[in-house]
Amino acid sequence: MNVDLVIIGGGPAGMAAAVAARKSGLEDILILERDEALGGILRQCIHNGFGLHRFGEELTGPEYAYRYEKEVVDLGIPFLTGTTVVDIDKNRRVTAMSAERGIFTIDAKAIILAMGCRERPKGALNIAGTRPAGIYTAGTAQKFVNMKGYMPGKDVVILGSGDIGLIMARRMTLEGAKVHAVCELMPYSGGLARNIEQCLNDFNIPLKLSHTVVDIKGKDRVTGVVIAKVDENRRPIKETEELIPCDTLLLSCGLIPENELTKKAGITLDRVTGGAVVDGSRECDVEGIFACGNVLHVHDLVDYVSEEAEIAGRAAVKYIRGEKLRTNEIRVDVDGKVRYTVPKLISEAEDTKLYFRVGSVMRDVSVVVREGERVLLKKKKQKLAPAEMETVTLTKEMIESIDSGSISISVE
Amino acid sequence: MVDVCIIGAGVVGGMIAERLSKYELSLTIVDKGGDVALGATRANSAIVHAGFDAKEGTLKARLNVRGSQMMEETCKRLGVKYKRNGSLVVGFSDEDRETLKELKARGEKNGVTGLELLDREQILKIEKNIGDSVTCALLAKTGAIVCPYELCMAAVGLAMDNGAALKLDFDVVKIEREGEGYRVISGTGESVLAKCVINAAGVHSDDIAALVGDESFTVHARRGEYMLLDKECGRLISHTVFRCPSKMGKGILVSPTVDGNLLLGPTAEDIDDKSDVKTTAEGIAKIRASAAEQVSGVDFGKVITSFTGLRSVGSTGDFIINSPTDNFVNVAGIESPGLTSAPAIAEYVEGMLYDMGITLSEKQSYISERRPTHYFSSLTNEEKNEIIKEHPEYARVICRCELVTEGEIREAIRTNPPPRDIDGVKRRTRATMGRCQGGFCTPSIVEILAEELGIDYEEVTKLGGKSYINIGKTKSGD
Repeated sequence: MNVDLVIIGGGPAGMAAAVAARKSGLEDILILERDEALGGILRQCIHNGFGLHRFGEELTGPEYAYRYEKEVVDLGIPFLTGTTVVDIDKNRRVTAMSAERGIFTIDAKAIILAMGCRERPKGALNIAGTRPAGIYTAGTAQKFVNMKGYMPGKDVVILGSGDIGLIMARRMTLEGAKVHAVCELMPYSGGLARNIEQCLNDFNIPLKLSHTVVDIKGKDRVTGVVIAKVDENRRPIKETEELIPCDTLLLSCGLIPENELTKKAGITLDRVTGGAVVDGSRECDVEGIFACGNVLHVHDLVDYVSEEAEIAGRAAVKYIRGEKLRTNEIRVDVDGKVRYTVPKLISEAEDTKLYFRVGSVMRDVSVVVREGERVLLKKKKQKLAPAEMETVTLTKEMIESIDSGSISISVE
Repeated sequence: MVDVCIIGAGVVGGMIAERLSKYELSLTIVDKGGDVALGATRANSAIVHAGFDAKEGTLKARLNVRGSQMMEETCKRLGVKYKRNGSLVVGFSDEDRETLKELKARGEKNGVTGLELLDREQILKIEKNIGDSVTCALLAKTGAIVCPYELCMAAVGLAMDNGAALKLDFDVVKIEREGEGYRVISGTGESVLAKCVINAAGVHSDDIAALVGDESFTVHARRGEYMLLDKECGRLISHTVFRCPSKMGKGILVSPTVDGNLLLGPTAEDIDDKSDVKTTAEGIAKIRASAAEQVSGVDFGKVITSFTGLRSVGSTGDFIINSPTDNFVNVAGIESPGLTSAPAIAEYVEGMLYDMGITLSEKQSYISERRPTHYFSSLTNEEKNEIIKEHPEYARVICRCELVTEGEIREAIRTNPPPRDIDGVKRRTRATMGRCQGGFCTPSIVEILAEELGIDYEEVTKLGGKSYINIGKTKSGD
């Protein structure tokens, strides 16, 4: 099979990329989605708060997804659900499998990677103790509760203050469970401020910063967890250990972009984001392959995912038409306070939004973009926090004025 | 009355059952767990030892070398993954070099072939990521890797295909003499009457022996903690890298697994509680420190799980394989290299039964081979498509990390010995065993299990007993 543009993943990123590509005039598009329906992880995010930036209203996850799904359908963009991509290579040959078609290959002129991310599992956290039932990532619990209609537990401790964990603290409470505490290893929350307010504070669920789980008890099912405060080097302080009887430990300790396919195509990954290194158009270092959404870097808001996916969708069409110009590449360096930027490379002279995250909470600071000593842009910020993605926009003029091949972004 | 009752469905009991199942004998295997392979078999180093560790002249040395020779053919017949990757025992000092020389001499006395002492330059030629401070090594070309629970499941499965019965959740509390045989009685009052009893109960084998009045040995549990790394790290080394043994034991190894992961461990801690499989912060720290010395570039950020196994250590220092009373056989104290020795132990026990006068006549209908559990994943795309045409569920991916399909999961649930819980499905199919550790697919596997077993969604457990995955319905799910 030959297809101009194959989009891997039919979640918010994949759908927005497809819609943007079609609106740029590309006919031959195919979305491949492993789940039984379009929508990705939004399908299980039945809480509201999606779409404030995009649509100026608060939608639930399924509502947000449906807006894009409807566009995909209305525009007649073909998609295959129940279809898992098992391989891609640098020549843009995609191998996929589905019950209807078996194992089949597609040769694509361009590919957009939109596979999303996964949660960090317990194993990666090296928590001591037994391995009974009752330990789930927050997203797994969310699937049990929202998609299957079952309760994974009734007395809950949550480790990690990522957004899904916060959302599930509220969700489990509403379902009649008791959430005893949310423990966060870092001295600041991993989730959005609004989620701390609406999901924890409104329900009197304590957020224990600088705390971790040091032991899990129970043989068949979890019977309790031991939590402890950690010192400035994140080492548990023995004297502060406290046993919390519970039947469930939920983990919300970070999201990891799912880049197994990306690696198969030989694409270079950024060690900080875990996603591909891309230029402003979201093209990877393997030609004709683009990435967007949480597979590229983990976003806080789906609104930004859609925005980024549109960039990738439009750029892929330009690439297919042979119109994608790579002028001189500009590298964006970070200072450590800024952990990363996406994109990391700017290859076209057009207005470019740099998304970035910082490594710690900072107040009353300025974000400064420089070429050598020359200040290109300076933006004051009241507060920067690791959980909140930030942006600065470089104008076409600024980019055209850069001639050294690199700029730097710093917080001061 | 059955001819033989085997207590313990670990790799030793399983291999014995498989060995005996080719004869006209009625067999029943009982185990206290909710699945086979839940004791030491579930969590060990997964190594086929060449045979230089055990002291010459011991039963352990003899069965180790014999088992190592038998293993490749056994795995082939049972459809179990086996890889002769060779092993390296690495040393860091002149003292270690002397120890390695002794090991080599001992191995040769035990009949091990293909042993070679290497200096650093030679090691680097075959293993470029060897630790910076490693100066010497003993190469054992016959060292290999295998998946222990896969071997056990295949052996029990084939025995069942040949007519053996498996009784799980059968906790033996009493053994009574009855006529010529024994009545083996469980805690719930269920019983099996057998002419001959084989005690392969792992860490509990001393308790079982005591039930027939044999208190000649004891067995204690030695806890070993392990860490398993993402498949990305599986090619860091190709050999199994042991640490030169010291007074503290064989120490920690770094090894690829047959499934392509990297395995680190075990610690060694003698404990009283024969069911304590928790992991500890100290254990994890110990593994990290040792592994990093043996191999460079181990990425501890890629750990996907850590777990603990209990090895059964007998009080005699050797394997305890004897018949303390008529028609009762102990197969106890099977510590390392128990996995390697298992096929040879089965052969040895078969000989004992023969000597006891039990008739061993081969079955007409004996099935000698088993299709590999993971046969589907090793097919070509064309072959897979043939199957998918008839059975589309073989193209429905459930576990994305290990690429396991609905068809493979359903087939595993219908294959001997059938799994009854999520961990059972995991050990048979590798579903949930990958980098996301079941985060995405557990809810779907619960659904498939419930359907196949004909039980409610909320009745599905992680590991049997009361290990329910869900505790009930949501308010709106009612």
